[in-house]
Amino acid sequence: MDFIPLLSQILNGLQNGAYYVMIALGLSMIFSLGGIVNLAHGAFYAIGAYLTVTLAPQIGFGGAMIASPLLVALIGMVVERYLLRRFYTGDPILGLLLTFGLAMVAEQSLRIIYGAAPVPFSIPQALRGQVFIGEFVYSRYRLMILGIAAACVLGLWLLLSRTAFGKVVRAGVQNPDMVGALGISLKPYMTAVVMIGVGLAALAGVLVAPIAGVHPAMGQEIITFAFVVVVIGGLGSFWGVVAAAVIVGVTRGVAAHFYPAATEASVYLLMVLVLLLRPRGLFGERIQKFE
Amino acid sequence: MPLDLSLSRRKLLKTSAGAAALGIVGAPAISYAQAEAIKIGHITPRTGFLGPLGEYAVQAVQLAADEINAGGGVMGRKIELVLDDSPNPQQASAKAERLIQRDKVAALLGEISSASALAIGQVVQREKVLFINTGANSDALRGSDCQRFMFHIEAQNSMYVKAVGRSLVRDGLVRGKKWYSLTADYAFGHDLLRVAKRYMNENGGNHGGDDLIPTDLADFSPFLLKIRTARPDVVILNLAGTQITNFLKQYAEFGLAFPVAGFGFDTALAWGAGPGNFGGIWPVVWHHLVDTPNTKKFVAAFTTRWKRPPENQAWGDYCSLKVVAQAMAETKTTEAAKIVEHFEKGAKFDLLKTREGYFRASDHQMMMEMYAITALPQAQVKNQWDIFTSSPPVPGPDESLEAIAATAEENQCTFKAA
Repeated sequence: MDFIPLLSQILNGLQNGAYYVMIALGLSMIFSLGGIVNLAHGAFYAIGAYLTVTLAPQIGFGGAMIASPLLVALIGMVVERYLLRRFYTGDPILGLLLTFGLAMVAEQSLRIIYGAAPVPFSIPQALRGQVFIGEFVYSRYRLMILGIAAACVLGLWLLLSRTAFGKVVRAGVQNPDMVGALGISLKPYMTAVVMIGVGLAALAGVLVAPIAGVHPAMGQEIITFAFVVVVIGGLGSFWGVVAAAVIVGVTRGVAAHFYPAATEASVYLLMVLVLLLRPRGLFGERIQKFE
Repeated sequence: MPLDLSLSRRKLLKTSAGAAALGIVGAPAISYAQAEAIKIGHITPRTGFLGPLGEYAVQAVQLAADEINAGGGVMGRKIELVLDDSPNPQQASAKAERLIQRDKVAALLGEISSASALAIGQVVQREKVLFINTGANSDALRGSDCQRFMFHIEAQNSMYVKAVGRSLVRDGLVRGKKWYSLTADYAFGHDLLRVAKRYMNENGGNHGGDDLIPTDLADFSPFLLKIRTARPDVVILNLAGTQITNFLKQYAEFGLAFPVAGFGFDTALAWGAGPGNFGGIWPVVWHHLVDTPNTKKFVAAFTTRWKRPPENQAWGDYCSLKVVAQAMAETKTTEAAKIVEHFEKGAKFDLLKTREGYFRASDHQMMMEMYAITALPQAQVKNQWDIFTSSPPVPGPDESLEAIAATAEENQCTFKAA
């Protein structure tokens, strides 16, 4: 009797995990390769959402779903080429300050252009409605998010594990000096990683725009969770991030079921527990350059 | 740190250039009359989940100041605003203190968060400076935490509950019905839930359950699943800020059909959800479609200047500066104690509504009309702003304005000796 609601919460947690993963994967990749904790990652997510609101009336939601992440990836390219690149080898605190500043500039710019109030945006008519699976009823749109996120995870995994590009990136994470000694410059790879990372964050922003308020501070709301996911999953671990995103999503759902006031706190409690038992995170690998 | 008294020429130049630049940014674009300007401090959250409302508050108070100054100021003196933001209660209290001690403001206006207003209330009582709360709703601010120098143009939670409660009772959503609530997990929400339970119990409703919602929560899906399982007759929201926008969008997405009503509300959040997502019955202290000549004038001036219609938070900050200016002109002083006395004697003020309002002496709450608004079906919506219809003013023309306020038994206030 009480089992079905709990099961719904667990399934819903899976879906929530789906969109944390899209943000956390990029964050983890940029940190693993460049050593930069990208505090501006949430800002790219917010820009993705705002671009959708702006572009969708002209080119449709489907068009915006493709165009917004591409535009954000271009912004990411410029940011990497002219700003981030200067901070890969320096004191990590400098990169932290730079991206923190970028996040504030981005948020204020959105505030100046669009105002502080949430901007209205709705799910396209064609994607509305519910899906019934036995006792379980769920939003069609959210199932679509789950599908897109799964496709992104699979695509990224294939890219990193099956291509020459992926080999260089993985080698760069483990031992950048050796990669350099072999005559391969990591610079273009880093640009590509940043573009993919912020593009994914923007896609998450596109997907969330129809179902949550689009406002300048939305990036801040999500970034803390993305960090928690990366920390729980463990640095440098692809599947660690994926697993942690799902665990965080499910934890929130179960907490909401049993003790709603602790919905957000439960996630931090989980992080404390994981760090006590495994300071490197669930699937954290040893990364030579950070030892 | 040793104090460096030697001041090089270069450093002096830099410092004065910086000071000059700050002066240009900080000064309002008016030329002062011979008399010294009257400084008014305005403090409100500009970021976080209440930030969208804070922006309206700041725009409105600037409009009011410019209108007053264009009309010759107060007692021949210009109004000069000193703006500051209050991200949390600690900062609110520190900044209120700084505005009073460093900037020597004659009065403080603003605030939206009940927790921050509580902190400011304690500062102004200590410093004996007038504070008009323009956006914090908690009954406790007018009851257990009331202060002699704190007044409230924003309606209290009891007024919100009773204003919309009448519509709910009329629509048969209270007596013998099961209501389920979601409550913002901070001072405002807790207070509203308390007041809501009292009203619903008195009118025969059954409470099916409540979930406390953290203020930084953006995804309501776990709670929507709980509501679906609970099958209530009506869903009541005691939420605030962008929480309301997020809830409305996701409620529409999940396709739940239980009627929705709220006991606390701001129209900016309905506009953020958009037609098709916005639904239910909600109380407001004022809205841009109120049919009075003064509202039309205010809406036109605000829309011309800020390219969007004002929402109810804009009304609060606009009217509060007008009220303070009028009181200073009538008492011919900026002295806080004299103005407090003037307010307590029942001075009447135009609030852009059909009846004038006055501060109730017993708890310093503005007595005034309110409205219940109902979302229009999507087919009848013509633009992104006019997405609701409004009830006539509550209380009705033949009732006392006190009819919807908390009674002395419900909310007791004893002012400490000034």
